[in-house]
Order: sequence, then structure tokens, then C-alpha cells
Amino acid sequence: MADLDKQGGTPEQGGGDVSESSTTAEVEAAFAKTVDRGEPILQVRNLVKHFPLTQGILFKKQIGAVRAVDDISFDLYQGETLGVVGESGCGKSTVAKLLMNLETPTSGQILYKGEDISRLSGRALKAVRRNIQMVFQDPYTSLNPRMTVGDIIGEPFEIHPEVAPKGDRRRKVQELLDVVGLNPEYINRYPHQFSGGQRQRIGIARGLALNPEIIICDEPVSALDVSVQAQVINLMERLQDEFNLSYVFIAHDLSIVRHISDRVGVMYLGKMAEIGTDAEIYDHPTHPYTQALLSAVPQPDPATRDQRERIILTGDVPSPANPPSGCRFRTRCWKARARCALEVPDLAVPAEFRYVEGPAHHDSACFFAEDKPEVTHPQEPPAPEDPARGRAD
Amino acid sequence: MTTTQKTADLPAAKSADSAGTPLLQVKDLHVEFHTRDGVVKAINGVNYSVDSGETLAVLGESGSGKSVTAQAIMGILDMPPGRIPSGEILYRGQDMLTMSGEERRKIRGRKIAMIFQDALSSLNPVLSVGYQLGEMFRVHQGLSKKDAKAKAIELMDRVRIPAAKERVNDYPHQFSGGMRQRIMIAMALALEPDLIIADEPTTALDVTVQAQVMDLLAELQREYNMGLILITHDLGVVADVADKIAVMYAGRIVETAPVHELYKRPAHPYTKGLLDSIPRLDHKGSELYAIKGLPPNMARVPAGCAFNPRCDRAQDICRTEVPALHPVTEQDGTTLVGRGSACHFWKETIHG
Repeated sequence: MADLDKQGGTPEQGGGDVSESSTTAEVEAAFAKTVDRGEPILQVRNLVKHFPLTQGILFKKQIGAVRAVDDISFDLYQGETLGVVGESGCGKSTVAKLLMNLETPTSGQILYKGEDISRLSGRALKAVRRNIQMVFQDPYTSLNPRMTVGDIIGEPFEIHPEVAPKGDRRRKVQELLDVVGLNPEYINRYPHQFSGGQRQRIGIARGLALNPEIIICDEPVSALDVSVQAQVINLMERLQDEFNLSYVFIAHDLSIVRHISDRVGVMYLGKMAEIGTDAEIYDHPTHPYTQALLSAVPQPDPATRDQRERIILTGDVPSPANPPSGCRFRTRCWKARARCALEVPDLAVPAEFRYVEGPAHHDSACFFAEDKPEVTHPQEPPAPEDPARGRAD
Repeated sequence: MTTTQKTADLPAAKSADSAGTPLLQVKDLHVEFHTRDGVVKAINGVNYSVDSGETLAVLGESGSGKSVTAQAIMGILDMPPGRIPSGEILYRGQDMLTMSGEERRKIRGRKIAMIFQDALSSLNPVLSVGYQLGEMFRVHQGLSKKDAKAKAIELMDRVRIPAAKERVNDYPHQFSGGMRQRIMIAMALALEPDLIIADEPTTALDVTVQAQVMDLLAELQREYNMGLILITHDLGVVADVADKIAVMYAGRIVETAPVHELYKRPAHPYTKGLLDSIPRLDHKGSELYAIKGLPPNMARVPAGCAFNPRCDRAQDICRTEVPALHPVTEQDGTTLVGRGSACHFWKETIHG
């Protein structure tokens, strides 16, 4: 339901009632108007994943559940990058696993081109999986040390032989190595012979092998050195243009997410707190959590360090096994009032901004949403005057 | 954020000797590791100094030698395979490398303390945090178990761990990442040292918790007027807290500068490359600047300037001669205080 109001620009729809959820017909009507982005390639609807907590050895009984992902919805369009940010434990990696069908959702739907893939199995699942691939976080543990690079990248072809006939595979693997910027002669080397950045390129090549439409990247650069991160990010952007890929880009580095994403979703304790385009989220965050998160990011510019208004949150993220009632963020929120403990805020355009055109007009799950652009941009410091700075290549 | 003034409220004895000599000075330090595959020269001539109340940030990628330098200062380097063939580490003018083990132990923990990166693996999982915190007092000050525990509670309060009294008997796994890092900070602070070395203190933490921890560290530093050596690879954290910066690459300091200067006008191509590779707002959509190539293998450091295979400016001289840390000056020759660059072409780099 995320894009309803934004797409249609029809504020009369909800009649001011935030909590009313839209029917499928309305959703479709709204999507019909989105000419610019086309059909979403992936639609996530009310996705829930609870991990049971059990007690007893022989007679296990469930005593509770870790609510890792609790009712989230979003869309992914062809050729776009959706960034997902949030602290550790907020459920972003579980979302990645659910999208990959590595976990079965407790409830909710994952629609790939209109078809629910979360309940598929066997041959149908195999066919869908060809189109959704993953790049993992740690290039040191996600590559089998006993397999050569050729075997690692060629393994998807074993599972989906229709993509590349047997005699053709070696050439295909070498092509892939070339695409990700590795020497095709390295095909017989083992992972330990490569550096971290090169290994991540191998992981990306493996993800590309089956010509997928969607690649799910779970913290793809966080294990890499700073000077190597930029190389991998550039590679991923180039591949996106070349193959018209859609990325779900999960990361905790907010500046990298902003650089690569078209839209960004902010997660907190299994819920989506705010979602919008990168400019809407980064320049006009309306959810207090997003504001706190952005203000806590250290800026690589010492000139701003005294001017910046920093919101330092107190305490830690509560346990997802026992989340707070109402709004999940209320225990750490400075705006929390009685209502926040009683009602769960919906992810929709907040009432204050519903009739206002502008960057604050995006989905935010807060009763007291407020546009606070100064949080992230105190006073735009003058750009370094050195003309040689910038992209020298 | 951090105060740089040499406060007058220090005890007389301290201020007397801190007048001339810096709190800690590292002079031409070399560290090598003898391995089966040969000698790895991890550090090749590092110089830096820290004063009371000052924050020095040591910036570098993995393998640049920033942590090894810290371990050498603390005297916790594994020797063998490590060896310090030459160099001096002066604490208030005394060379720690020539001291006896007994003398060093008096400084370690009491005068210079360290905060480690990974709090979970640095704390003993089978001992309660109260016991581990109290160990500082029992070993160094000979307090009884009971008194040490009372002191531990006091410390936990000071680093703002809620309900310290109830939690003092908890084990490390019962604390969250941020709280564990606070315990590490408390442990380093226990004996009120003059200098704290923080090795990537917030790398494993989330940004909101990182902000809490860095704030706490800055506040405590102000309170006790401690010197702080912050080892990190995060250009954002450095910009927030550092007074001066030393950039390390392949076991050498390639650039030193006060924090504002470094970000405004880097004088070494490596620093410039790092700063340019940060995603910037106005370059959204365009390709990020990326330093080409990889950090060198320390067993096979390139001849000449170690950065030359990755450098856009590299000339023949860079491949043969190791550049010294040149003092950096304005175009008209005025010296820039505290700035140095180990590049043959620093003039071209800083002045365009």
C-alpha cells in the first residue's frame, strides 16, 4: 500500500482515515497510473516472519516468538535500486532471506510479476529462483574454499543447465569474470588467492551467471576496505545499467545507500518506519527514528561538526521477542505520547503532509511526523574550492 | 568537541613535565614480523606525538600497520614473531622500549590504557563483568574483592550503564554490543590513565549506538584531560572527534595534518583518493572516484613509494625513491603547522 497516495495524488482516497487499508482494486488502480516506473517486478505485501521460541526437549511447546519481520510491504521496480537501512537486529537480513525464499514467511505475500512465490516449491520455485539472485556480505565465508573460481561461478549452470549447454560453460564463466573486472585466466584459481574486493567480484559474478532480473545484496561492501568499496559500488552500478537489474540493497552505511539507491526504506524492529525516494528520506525525513539515525551518522567534514544538531538516542533496540506495544520506536522516542503506546501507526503519508506537494509527502509510520530537514543538513558548508577535487581520472 | 587547552587544574607535578615534552611520542618506530615466508616489515618509521587532552586519529586501511603501532606502544605485541629493530616510544620523555618489564607494567593500564575493537572477544565469557572490572583494582592497587566490586559499580555508573548495582554480576553475553563497549571503556578508565588508545572502538556498533559511545568517550576525555589515540578507518568518525590526523599506508605515515586542514586540502594522493571516494551529494548518479588496485601485501611492498602502483601522479622517481615526510607549506613558502606529506609531488597535490 506504500505508494498509493504518492502515485495517484488523490488525497480524497483515505478520507483522512489513516488506518483504513486499501483494497486490491484500489492498489491496482493506483499502479495503473504509474507510467513512469512501469509494473513493479516485486511486490511485498504484509510480509511477516516470526521465529518460534520453544521450551522443553521432548515435548516442545512454543512460549513466544521473535518477531523478526512484522507486516512490511514495499515494491521493487525494474531497473531500480531499493535501499534498506536499519540497525542490526531490525530484520533487514531476514527480509533478504524471505525474498530469496530461503525462509518461509509466517504470513504475507511476495509477488514476483504478480505471482506469489513464497509458497512455491519444486520445479516452479526453481524456475523463479533463476531470476532472483543474491550477493552475500562476507566474501571470505560465502565462497567454498575447495572449489575453483570456475566451479563457483559455474555452479548455477549445473542447477539450471538450460542457461548454458555443457560445452559452453567455461567460456561463459570467463565472460562473467571479464564482466566483473577479473582476469579470465584466473578461472582455475581458488578463493584464497584473491583479495577481499576480488572475492566480492566473484560473488557478484556468481549472482549474475543466470541473467537474473533481481539481485539481493546483503551488505555487499561492508567487509571491504574503504578504498576498495568504491570500486565494487561502481561495478554494481555499471552492471545495473548494462543488464537492467533491480537491486535490493541492504546496508548500514547510509552514505553508500544514498549514493546507489533510487528509493530507500528505513526499518526498525521488524517494521518499515519510513520509505521514499532517496531525497525524500535523506533531506526531508519525517519519522523521528530516521531523523535520529541520519543525525548520528558522522559526516566526513569537520566543518560541520559543531553546527550539526545531533539527536542521540538513549538505550538500545528492544528485543524483537517482546516488542513494545503500539509504535515500536516509542521507548526511545522523544516525541512519544500516550497514543503511541496504544495504537500502531500505519505506514502512510502522515496527515500533515497529505495535501502538501513536496518532499515531505512520503510514507512515514509516525503519528507526530514532522519535516526536519535541518537534521541532516545544518547549514550546507561551502564545497571545497579546490577545482582539482572531484572526479579526477 | 574535545578541548585542546592544557588545563591549569592539573597537579603541579604533571604540568611541570608536560610543558616541553609531549605526553607520548613515537619516534622512527620499526616493527617487523619474522614468518615462514620471510620478514614482513609491518611498520617502517612511524613518528607521532600526543599531548594531554588531545585527540590524534590514526587513519588507515586494514594492513596499514595502525593497530600494530598501538600494540607496540602498549607492549602487547607478540614477540616473537614480532620484533622492534629500532625506534623509540617516549612516555613523558622516558623510552618505554628500554624499560624493564616491571617498569612497563607500572605504566600499562595505569598510565596508558587501551580500548579494543571487539568487546565480546576481549572480555572473558566465564567471568562476570564486575570481577573483570575489579581486577584492575585488585592487581594494580591491591584492593580486596569487596572494595574492588564497589569500585566496579562506581565505574559502571560513570560510563552510564543503567542499574549498575544489579548488573555487576552479569556476564558479558548478557549485555548488548553498546553496553559491552562501555564496559571496555570503563576498564580502560579504571585507573584514570593519562592516555587512552582506542582501536576501532565503534566499528562493530550501529550508528545510533556509535554516537552514544563516541559522545561518552569525548566527555570522559574532557573530564580527565586525557590524551586519546583513535585508530579507525572511518573518515566520518575522524572528522567528528579528532584534533589532528595521521594517515597510514603500508606501515608508514603518509600524511599528517590538523583535522580541518586535511579534509579541506589533502596533500597526499592517497588521502585525496580516500576523500574523493566518499559518496557525495552532488555526485549522485555519477561514478564514484575509486582508487585503483589493492592495498599492498606487506611481505612484498612495492619499491619506492608504496602507493605508486595505485597513484595517478606516479613518476619514475616514485618507483625508486621512498619519499620522506616533507613539511607542507603554502604556495608562498609559509609553513603550515603540523602538516607533512610523504609524497614527491605534494606541492602539485595540495596546490593543484
